[in-house]
Amino acid sequence: MDGKRFGRHGGQYVPETLMNALGELEQAYDEARMDPAFQAELTALSKDYAGRPSLLYFAANMTKDLGGARIYLKREDLNHTGSHKINNVLGQVLLAKRMGKKRVIAETGAGQHGVATATAAALFGMECSVYMGAEDVERQALNVFRMRLLGSEVHSVTSGTATLKDAVNEAMREWTKRVQDTFYVLGSVMGPAPYPRMVRDFQRIIGEEIKTQLMELEGKLPDAVLACVGGGSNAMGAFHAFIPDKSVRLIGVEAAGDGVDTDRHAATITKGTVGIFHGMKSYFLQDDEGQITPVYSISAGLDYPGIGPEHAWLHDEGRAEYVSATDKEAVDAFCYLSRMEGIIPAIESAHAVAHARKIAPEMPEDSVLVVNLSGRGDKDVYQIARYMGVDVHEG
Amino acid sequence: MKDDRNQYASSGRIAEAFEKRKKQGRKALITFVTAGDPDLAATERIVQAMIAEGADLVELGIPYSDPIAEGPVIQAANERALKHGIRMAHVFALADRVRAVTNTPLVLLLYVNVIVQYGADRFFSDCRTSGLDGVIVPDLPYEERGEIEEDAKRHGIALIRMVSPVSDDRIRMVAKGAEGFLYCVSSLGVTGVRAQFDTDFDAFFKSIDAARDIPTALGFGISDGAQVRAVKRYADGVIVGSAMVRTISEAKNPEEAVARAIAFTRELRSALDD
Repeated sequence: MDGKRFGRHGGQYVPETLMNALGELEQAYDEARMDPAFQAELTALSKDYAGRPSLLYFAANMTKDLGGARIYLKREDLNHTGSHKINNVLGQVLLAKRMGKKRVIAETGAGQHGVATATAAALFGMECSVYMGAEDVERQALNVFRMRLLGSEVHSVTSGTATLKDAVNEAMREWTKRVQDTFYVLGSVMGPAPYPRMVRDFQRIIGEEIKTQLMELEGKLPDAVLACVGGGSNAMGAFHAFIPDKSVRLIGVEAAGDGVDTDRHAATITKGTVGIFHGMKSYFLQDDEGQITPVYSISAGLDYPGIGPEHAWLHDEGRAEYVSATDKEAVDAFCYLSRMEGIIPAIESAHAVAHARKIAPEMPEDSVLVVNLSGRGDKDVYQIARYMGVDVHEG
Repeated sequence: MKDDRNQYASSGRIAEAFEKRKKQGRKALITFVTAGDPDLAATERIVQAMIAEGADLVELGIPYSDPIAEGPVIQAANERALKHGIRMAHVFALADRVRAVTNTPLVLLLYVNVIVQYGADRFFSDCRTSGLDGVIVPDLPYEERGEIEEDAKRHGIALIRMVSPVSDDRIRMVAKGAEGFLYCVSSLGVTGVRAQFDTDFDAFFKSIDAARDIPTALGFGISDGAQVRAVKRYADGVIVGSAMVRTISEAKNPEEAVARAIAFTRELRSALDD
């Protein structure tokens, strides 16, 4: 692999105008990666500003209730800005600074990546524009206000399905327009090379910490690591350090929306086919003539018709498993974790919790299951209340 | 008749079109229309009208769900066309009907995923059968051309390459071995009309002309006769897309859309010829 491909997936399928910019980014990243001063600055920021390492918390109540595997929660929700997104953003914004860029742009779905980017831009005194689907602006109004509070512009994207995919389209268009002075802070392990590799490297710390922390707590590797998957950055961050450890099951949980047998879901690997979109070859939900099909999930962060190319490769290789959880299962898990452990998870992360509830009881009592709790649920409380309100009416 | 028209090497039709204008001491006019906007029958009439009014090559835009290289005007045209359920079979049938009455080169503008899902071999075979001459694929840069290049070559369909004002040292690489014509992107950003251009065309075309051995055409943002006059000296042809799509979209009915396409093509042709 040349760093641009993961098996048959990945690549750089972008307009000519972006090709030199991607080349410069790749070169700058590879120099920064090998530069101890860059790594030291990133480590210091991650510790002093973002609050790393995040806790690995033994969920005693959940473990007792489910009666199987010992369950640990990797508390990425406790990071500054409330999710794993800050790990990648600090890396990319430091790189932008190193490249002399004064303006950053980002796409966002649930708003967590947008908030993290707006935060880092504020810290480094950079201009920041965030592109967000109009539908997500509606369902994540609190995060929109947070971004504006941090000094960012938020552009509501009304084209197409007005969700994450369209926000990516618009961010890519904007980057084409101002490629010379703008750094595109892509939020997941997706898009054209070198983004999937670079974002994975910045998120890899999640799995590295899990490994170290669990060695201290249990003296062994986990039996399984669970994470939700939209584009796939928190999952890739949690999985990557364990890829060589073949005994560790890696399980990605996609958003099944109303169910994978309906036309309202976002389960890309479960139901998708190989195609080329957003600069990469990977699995996508599309029709037989390559039109990207509308996707649906209660979770704005998982509401995406594709998946990062390294996940597609892990799937092809059989190294990771990809399953799904419905809206209802995710909302149930959202409420379950809130009451059981006093932790309100992001509705995205609740998809992983939902799958933990399915498999933990079937695992031996001395086994260890780690759930990556990628974000906190404050942003979702209003929407979940509405969802539950509808349930009451229907009942 | 089909066998006859396939005797032309397809990029031969493109070369002939530029050659013809060169002999006249004129520049080629390339116009763009989104297939199925306002409807397929209108598109067919618009294409024929543009050719009758002096377009030397016509680009047919295949409507796509996520056209990342397009500005708002062509995005909206794509959305309207997709609502009509436009599929590749319709476009090939349309090209077939147009080819039956004209020798003017026709190329498709589309996104790579459409070709890949259709199956590249079958796609370019159908292109040849329908008398199409080339494809422009804005999300397929030089480095990724292997995705479809062999299949296109096998069926004699030109894979049109693009260079942009920030291509710099890539221009030489991209121009070498390019087919049909070299698509020179006027400025940064997506398609759409521009009030003015910031690009240093003298420097841009100095690099291009040193590297190219096929005709050049300048596109992206050229919106009226005055702009055509201002930029025509740089390339062998000019491409007008969004401005054409916009004037068509402002029509109240297909009849008026055709009339508008005729009037606008006439304006562009006379700006090239005076």
